[in-house]
Amino acid sequence: MNAMAMGLESAATSSVLDIRDLEVVAQPAGQRILKGVSFSIAPGETLCLVGESGSGKSVTSLTVMGLLPKGSLTVSGGSATLEGDSLLDAGPARMRALRASRMAMIFQEPMTALNPLMRVGEQIEEVLVMHRHKLGAAERRQRVLEMLDQVQLPDIERIYASWPHQLSGGQRQRIMIAMALILEPKLLIADEPTTALDVTTQQQILKLIKELQERHGTSVLFITHDMGVVADIADRVCVMRHGEVVETQPIEDLLRRPRTGYTRQLLTAVPSLRPRASREVTDREIVLEAIELEKRYGERSRWQRFVGKASQQTLAASDINFALTRGRTLGIVGESGSGKSTVARCVMRMIEPTAGGVRVLGKDIAGLGRAALKPHRKRIQMIFQDPFRSLNPRLSIGTSLIEGPVNYGASKESAMAHARELLELVGLPGDALDRYPHQFSGGQRQRIAIARALAMEPDVLVADEAVSALDVSVQAQVLGLLDDIQRRLGVAVLFITHDLRVAAQICDEVMVMQKGVVVEYGPAERVLGSPAHPYTRSLMLAAPGRHWDFAAFRPLADAPIDDASVVVSSGP
Amino acid sequence: MNTTASDTAAVMSPRLRLWPRRRSAWAVVVAAVCLALIVVIAILAPWLAPHDPLEMSPADRLKAPSDSYWLGTDAYGRDLLSRVLYGARVSLIVGVGSALVAVVVGLPLGILAGFFRGLDAIVMRVMDGLMAIPSVLLAIAIVSLTSANLWTVMTAITIPEIPRVVRLVRSVVLSAREEPYVEAAISLGSSLSTVMWRHLMPNTLAPLIVMATYICASAILTEAILSFLGAGIGTETPTWGNIMSEGRTYFLIKPSLIFWPGVMLSICILSINLLGDAARDRLDPRLQKRGGMQ
Repeated sequence: MNAMAMGLESAATSSVLDIRDLEVVAQPAGQRILKGVSFSIAPGETLCLVGESGSGKSVTSLTVMGLLPKGSLTVSGGSATLEGDSLLDAGPARMRALRASRMAMIFQEPMTALNPLMRVGEQIEEVLVMHRHKLGAAERRQRVLEMLDQVQLPDIERIYASWPHQLSGGQRQRIMIAMALILEPKLLIADEPTTALDVTTQQQILKLIKELQERHGTSVLFITHDMGVVADIADRVCVMRHGEVVETQPIEDLLRRPRTGYTRQLLTAVPSLRPRASREVTDREIVLEAIELEKRYGERSRWQRFVGKASQQTLAASDINFALTRGRTLGIVGESGSGKSTVARCVMRMIEPTAGGVRVLGKDIAGLGRAALKPHRKRIQMIFQDPFRSLNPRLSIGTSLIEGPVNYGASKESAMAHARELLELVGLPGDALDRYPHQFSGGQRQRIAIARALAMEPDVLVADEAVSALDVSVQAQVLGLLDDIQRRLGVAVLFITHDLRVAAQICDEVMVMQKGVVVEYGPAERVLGSPAHPYTRSLMLAAPGRHWDFAAFRPLADAPIDDASVVVSSGP
Repeated sequence: MNTTASDTAAVMSPRLRLWPRRRSAWAVVVAAVCLALIVVIAILAPWLAPHDPLEMSPADRLKAPSDSYWLGTDAYGRDLLSRVLYGARVSLIVGVGSALVAVVVGLPLGILAGFFRGLDAIVMRVMDGLMAIPSVLLAIAIVSLTSANLWTVMTAITIPEIPRVVRLVRSVVLSAREEPYVEAAISLGSSLSTVMWRHLMPNTLAPLIVMATYICASAILTEAILSFLGAGIGTETPTWGNIMSEGRTYFLIKPSLIFWPGVMLSICILSINLLGDAARDRLDPRLQKRGGMQ
């Protein structure tokens, strides 16, 4: 055993992190979560750990950091060494010393990873207090300010004294990076660090990580599900599935010549950024129309005006005009805070528009009361982002599916029979009717949610980030299903998304929103193919992996729009 | 988008355990057994009691425990054991009754307040007002205005508890109404009552059950306090509070008059509170113990 360990060590002297046959089991059932994972990271290298949910990529990183939840997950075999030091045998005190000083981690949610009750500067300083006892207070502060400067935050004195809630998501992630890198660790573990960020912010953060890595020679273990990000930053890629490593290859080889069917499948599922060819207009009937739609938050009530309360209004959406014809798909794209969801919710009458009209089949529903609205609600149905929350967990699938039709006077029996047909239409067995939401996966639940919307026989489907929470292969299936349904039933779709790849694949027309206003609106081919507005251009330029045609396993000969200087350097 | 979150969630999702695997598990079992015993005593009091709890026998005043009077007698020669057994009836009726009434009144009010923002301000201000009234003072006021019987005492105890239920239900409804499945129900044309009762109300049940146990325990205690103060149910009915109140005079010569009803009261309240804690641990997902970090 000892001799073997010595042998491994000599083989691994050149690597920073070396993981061999790592096995993790879930307690108390003994279910195997990791089934012999092996990989190593060389100094200065970026290894991307890619996989869909449940592949074990996060468990791998938590094992390395010694952060496995006690009692529910335990290491049952294998080894993990950091520059020759075993991480699995290290006691709590040793692990504490190793964390931050020799390895550090940044997390997905910069919102929750920072302590909301502590100034961010002090939070970074705490790392120094814990690990560099000899530094004086002034020296510590100096080091923190230098680090804030390195992560390219503006006005570092002010940032130092800020509270987390005063910073944007991107700024918080920069703080996290500063905290992780202040002791110059040899290994940085980044667990989906840009997934919660907008695409332009993501691009900046990826660039920053790359720059700091080059400056300090840090090795990076980058966990992501996004092949675009992988193509932009990885040196080598390790593909995981069901707790096993499927293949490990240098990035270029992996993208060009994937060895396994699974990787091939992952790559082909990535939607192309190139908009699909526009479809012929078959029906000119306008089913949904927004006319100068406006939503203002913080409108003062009559009473507040009377007592002279200061007005603090936010214009969430203003002057929104669009028309959606039968059987077509209109995409609303934009970053968080652009007002795209506000528009969807106004159209659904989930919130009241402050001005303008919403016409469903020519009838303005913007000002209708509850009772008058009811017959029109049926015409327009919604599919939500989070399939885990959009179905009532306490109701069986059948009960959820017939709720709508029964509200509109269908008998339970006929509604149930129709629900069975709908489940088959969305690719689920009819006997799913008696089961409950927790018995289905995310993709299946989203199919159920689509079936529930279709049960109303709507003319318009509003899909609010309907595939954003799904793994890429499931996402491709659900998009395919939507396309199929649209062709069969002629339903129009209002598709809200932040993902330009998805928009390019499903939309006929695209409307780009920024800060509550429409900046560009037109056929998808033109808006995404040759954007006219600088904001649309910047969105397209920030799309990760935009130089690569994943499904064809080769770089794009002509990138959708070209401005190489803005892009993060891609691979070797 | 949330791949990592669902990753780890799938791995770490705690199994819903029947018993918490902790040292306190035995305490829960003991509490359940004690409470069950008290319920049995209350139901079977007429058969278990060796004497009529109201029958006075002047010859046997303040007797020590003996074969015919296991716990001795009080100042009127009534059998202490029989009186204590009968006392369980009033306590349980008051406890369970107050909890039920508070839930039945508070649940709809809370749901309405959580759902209709306009109503919220009015309902909650009224509740704030009610909450400001100390239950003992309210009881004394009601009892002195009307007569002291089971119903007035229960009313007095229940009224200040209702705001707690309303606040709890309202807060659950406020967060549950943001769930997409509630919005989905609205867009499916469901009536407001369907949305409230089918989609929102079930979310409140788990915390309500826990709240009900606390109300139950506190009502039993308040009833005993009122009886002890002489503002409770009339002395002709044996309640633990009444027995203690009457025994107070003879505390120095016969402490068991206060001791036995006091022991029963303590066991009863402790059991209910322990069971409430256990229910909370099981029903409240936020308190599910997760493995700590190394």
